[in-house]
Amino acid sequence: MATQAQPAAPAVRKKTTGRQRNSMHDGFLRHRNFRWMKIATVLSITCLVSYFLVDVQPRHNGGSWYGYTLGTIGALLILWLTCLGLRKRAITPGGWSLKAWTSAHVYLGLSLIVIGTLHTGFQLGWNVHTLAWSLMMIVIISGIFGIYFYATLPDNLSNNRADSDGAVTERMMIEQLRSLDRQLHDAAQPLDPAQAALVQASLEQDPFDGNFFQRIGNSYRGCETRAAIAELRRMRAYQPRMGDDPLDKVDGLLQRKESTLARLRKHLQIKSMLQVWLFVHVPMTFALLAALSAHIFSVFFYW
Amino acid sequence: MSEIFRVAIIGSGPAGKSAAGRAASLGLSHILLEKTDHLSDTIYKYQKGKHVMATPSQLVLRSDQEFEAGKREAILENWNQRTKELGVNVKFNAEAKAIRGTGPAIEGSVHVIEMRGRDGTITKKEIQRYAPPYEIELTNGEKIMAENVVFAIGTQGNPNRMRCPGGDLPHVQYQLDDPTEYVDEHIVVIGAGDAGIENARGLAEDAAQGNVVTIVSRGPEAPSPKESFPTAKEANALALLGDRNAGKLFIRFETDTASVEPGWITFSTRDGEERVRCDRIIARIGSAPPRAFIEECGIAFTSADRLAFPQLSPVFESTAPGIFVIGALAGYPLIKHCMNQGYDVIEFINGNTELKPADEPILEAKFRDLPGRKSVAEWLDLLRENVTILNGMNPLQMREFMLDSDAKFYRKGDVIFERAAPGSSLFAIAQGSVAVQIDPSDTSKIVPIGQGSIFGEVGLISGRRRGATVVAAEDTICVEISRNAALKLQSQVPTAKKAIERISTERLLLQMFGSGLKPDDIAEVVETSKIRQVKPGEAILKEGDEGNEIYVIRVGSMIVEKEIGGKPVFLSYLPAGSYVGEMALIAGGRRTATVKAAIKSEVIRIDGDAFKKVLEANPELLKRAKRDMASRQDINAFIEAKKDSFSGVVDMYSGVANFLVENGIGEATDVLLIDESLCVGCDNCEKACADSHDGLSRLDREAGRSYAHLHVPTSCRHCEHPHCMADCPPNAINRGPDGEVYINDTCIGCGNCQRNCPYGVIRMDKVPPKKPSLLSWLFFGFGPGPGEPSKKWAYANSDPGVEKPKKAIKCDMCAGIEGGPSCVRACPTGAAIRVAPDEFLTVARLEQEEA
Ligand SMILES: Cc1cc2nc3c(=O)[nH]c(=O)nc-3n(C[C@H](O)[C@H](O)[C@H](O)COP(=O)(O)OP(=O)(O)OC[C@H]3O[C@@H](n4cnc5c(N)ncnc54)[C@H](O)[C@@H]3O)c2cc1C
Ligand code: HEM
Ligand code: SF4
Ligand code: SF4
Ligand code: SF4
Repeated sequence: MATQAQPAAPAVRKKTTGRQRNSMHDGFLRHRNFRWMKIATVLSITCLVSYFLVDVQPRHNGGSWYGYTLGTIGALLILWLTCLGLRKRAITPGGWSLKAWTSAHVYLGLSLIVIGTLHTGFQLGWNVHTLAWSLMMIVIISGIFGIYFYATLPDNLSNNRADSDGAVTERMMIEQLRSLDRQLHDAAQPLDPAQAALVQASLEQDPFDGNFFQRIGNSYRGCETRAAIAELRRMRAYQPRMGDDPLDKVDGLLQRKESTLARLRKHLQIKSMLQVWLFVHVPMTFALLAALSAHIFSVFFYW
Repeated sequence: MSEIFRVAIIGSGPAGKSAAGRAASLGLSHILLEKTDHLSDTIYKYQKGKHVMATPSQLVLRSDQEFEAGKREAILENWNQRTKELGVNVKFNAEAKAIRGTGPAIEGSVHVIEMRGRDGTITKKEIQRYAPPYEIELTNGEKIMAENVVFAIGTQGNPNRMRCPGGDLPHVQYQLDDPTEYVDEHIVVIGAGDAGIENARGLAEDAAQGNVVTIVSRGPEAPSPKESFPTAKEANALALLGDRNAGKLFIRFETDTASVEPGWITFSTRDGEERVRCDRIIARIGSAPPRAFIEECGIAFTSADRLAFPQLSPVFESTAPGIFVIGALAGYPLIKHCMNQGYDVIEFINGNTELKPADEPILEAKFRDLPGRKSVAEWLDLLRENVTILNGMNPLQMREFMLDSDAKFYRKGDVIFERAAPGSSLFAIAQGSVAVQIDPSDTSKIVPIGQGSIFGEVGLISGRRRGATVVAAEDTICVEISRNAALKLQSQVPTAKKAIERISTERLLLQMFGSGLKPDDIAEVVETSKIRQVKPGEAILKEGDEGNEIYVIRVGSMIVEKEIGGKPVFLSYLPAGSYVGEMALIAGGRRTATVKAAIKSEVIRIDGDAFKKVLEANPELLKRAKRDMASRQDINAFIEAKKDSFSGVVDMYSGVANFLVENGIGEATDVLLIDESLCVGCDNCEKACADSHDGLSRLDREAGRSYAHLHVPTSCRHCEHPHCMADCPPNAINRGPDGEVYINDTCIGCGNCQRNCPYGVIRMDKVPPKKPSLLSWLFFGFGPGPGEPSKKWAYANSDPGVEKPKKAIKCDMCAGIEGGPSCVRACPTGAAIRVAPDEFLTVARLEQEEA
């Protein structure tokens, strides 16, 4: 009897450690009362002041002990900044918060303008070293655009989605379009061929077929729905009015489709703007890493 | 009338067909009556291909039928086969309608049925019981005679029928198995509850089917979806309105059915009658629980409570001699339990008195760690005798009760629970005694609680955290009664309910007012107090009214509002365990604010004069009450002052508070909010949730409602009294040590919790296969990347040999993950936060808002 298998006891649940609660929240820029902004400012000012205090002969350059120091700090910073991409996706347990990381990323990233530039000693030219510096500046400037978008666009995204009974989601907008299309299809049956063709063109146009620039500029010049509305109205202006005109229904549906399309397009526009700068920021980061390696390699081997 | 069967079994679910199988093997003369034309209708109606689970795993199956976890189809096939092999005498299409004893009247055995009308009046109906044999009348008029009757009809009940002329035509149906079956039909769905809405949406979902779908609702259309469809979940109501706006289907409000003919339906509306084309009617107007039918047979229930079950002896015999009740109807909602009971009940009827219940090993395991070698029966007796609230139970009830509860042994000095720990269970002291540490700063201040009494009732009733630390004062044996078991207990044993209410009122008052009060001091207050249910939105106090009662919030929460400048302004949020009404009592005058329920609540109404006496006798208490009052007056004054200078801010504060309360925050303990002025829509929160939880996200960021850039996404709120727990057959939903409501592995995937959660946060899904590591995705592009993998990827990469069941999944508040909620930690901008409502709805927020 002693060896009878016992049913496995259910794992006992324990209180989780490191659980933090904060009901008063602040965004990443204001995180902890601008802690990282303060740190980055101190760092930058220290570098600036020491630049003028330290006397390097014949003049400041990347190869002096002082230049090396700044260079090392800068390179390490760049590596660390790149790690944000990893941190964002590696959902490991622990007390980290991506908000704090982003906050530090932004302010320390900005301090690189000072650190990186002082490291060059303002000796710029047509070489791999300056290439690395320029790429760094491109990454930083794209980051500044990012901050601008992150600070200004979310409100618009939210307003555009807002609705009297809560908020519509992207999926709902697409559903709405689909069903409007179905209704249009039915409502267009009694129309004459020329009119029906206009509606058909609106149905056939995929709301997603706009290219990236149309999407982000929210200018869809070839919009068949808008064209159909205009053209049908023009045609009708020459037709005698009769009660129960099928065109009335089609016109109403087309208008609803247009306003739904407008909302979806605005949604896509804002979403693209929130991402577009990353298409510069991230690839340029990789280019920067490559250039940085080349820069360091050449400094040590081809002095 | 020919044969008198030894036993007639009504209902061929797991319980009934197992009983019939046993009767057949024993060679008893028997008949199995089944309403439908197939066995086991409840399981027959499960979704196609559903994986049926065999929980609890420790329970051995004792039946002539077989049962193992597997696909619905395989299980039904096996049961049909076995039923044939065993030679069971089945009669299909035999719905029992009435049962009468044909013997002499049993003297003094009268069953009184109380019927409560809508207006609250109670009518009584007396039923004289007659001795067996019983005559069972079927709906088709046939009659069947049997000495014993076993009721195994489950709890599904019968759908309510349409009563209008033509309501019995064949194209009126009460269920919809497969909405894709119908094409090009005009279909009318009657009843806009969840079932009706789901059916209507299903029928209209694919436009290619060409159905013209209309859903009919009696009530009028209101400004908010929730009020337009009061019996449906908000998510369903919203989706239905969405479909209507999208032109997929039609909704008719304020409409009733006047008559039905083939091909047509006539509605009666406010503007008169209207005849409309209609090829098919799907009526989803609720179902009547089987209770009325069973009571008519002379079977008493333990109480009038909706949760009550029939009153049964240890051998499942009801109050009508020779009528037995088993299965879900007897309170055992799992297939294995049902089958075992089917076997047992036939053995009992056949005169077997030695049989030990099959749940013996489970109970043995529960008592294994207690000191002193006692048998299960001895333990059960000891608990029942020693614990006052268990005195009224019979041995069968005790067994069932212990299946949901735990017996625990504590050494002297052991902590039983700590102050502020979450927990909704009730403790009863079977042996020994405990000490309650009432002052967190001084552990020597204690209140003793002795053998036989209970503690922990605050957590049980209000769903809030424990109010004090409790330690064992000597070696002690306690029964920890889960919330479900405690609710069942209260509905089965009315005296237990009274006792718990009294103790909880007394303790709540003592704890709230502190100041060295003794039970004797407040005896009169407790005696004259009344518990009152409050509907959501109903006011217990109105600004300007007279009155000096005090109200203590026992369950739920309230909001306090004051009319300023013609508009109601939100003043504060009161969780359970707070009191209101003291101002009028202490300072005199009229009520200064309106207090109304944020959600369905319960308050204790305390007589003002009785309480005044207590105040006068206890200067300490009076001082404290005055202090509380002063701080509330300060808040009111603060807001009123702000109202003039910063009226926009105050309106906003009021608006946000009301919005949150409307969205059920009043019953939440922890809710995910998104500040949409920070959210960049990256969905990293969802991805993080999926990546830290088996690849399935438990939140839908975009869905849900917003107000003033504050968004309540679809994610669990960890309600104080979780609706999802109510109907879980294996009791798989519990509250964990972090306060999280979580679902454990024993989930059988029945979907009840998904239907019961009013916030639509539970999804049924199977765990996708494991993804390649993050680095191999980053560097080599292996796998689908972070976040929940697409269904396509999951399908292509899962092992076809292994069948994974669909289970209920929901947010577990990241319990057990160091650092807490992944969704919050992974938000790059700080938009996502998880908060408790009483932390969030404070004036401090107003001050911050202003800054
Ligand atoms: C979606 C879903 C999934 C579930 N999954 C699981 C699972 O995986 N594992 C598990 O253990 N449990 C599961 N359950 C619970 C389980 O199905 C029930 O507890 C069990 O079926 C109850 O069995 P029963 O014999 O008491 O009643 P039922 O199975 O409900 O059977 C009652 C039978 O009686 C018949 N009947 C009713 N009234 C009359 C009448 N007047 N005359 C004649 N016949 C009548 C009915 O047609 C029916 O066939 C699930 C439940 C649901 C709803
Ligand atoms: C040389 C310096 C920098 C490097 C190498 C760098 C690199 C990166 C990388 C690799 C990411 C991850 C992108 C992703 O995975 O989605 C990132 C994100 C980001 N960076 Fe930078 N960055 C630099 C400077 C800056 C600066 C100066 C700013 C702001 C002023 C900035 C703002 C951001 C922001 C806002 C994000 C997005 C965070 C998120 O949404 O997850 N970066 N950066
Ligand atoms: S992670 Fe934060 S910013 Fe991204 S979608 Fe979620 S809430 Fe919005
Ligand atoms: S699943 Fe629903 S009912 Fe259950 S705790 Fe969460 S929000 Fe409340
Ligand atoms: S708390 Fe955890 S489980 Fe809940 S939604 Fe957030 S990440 Fe998912």
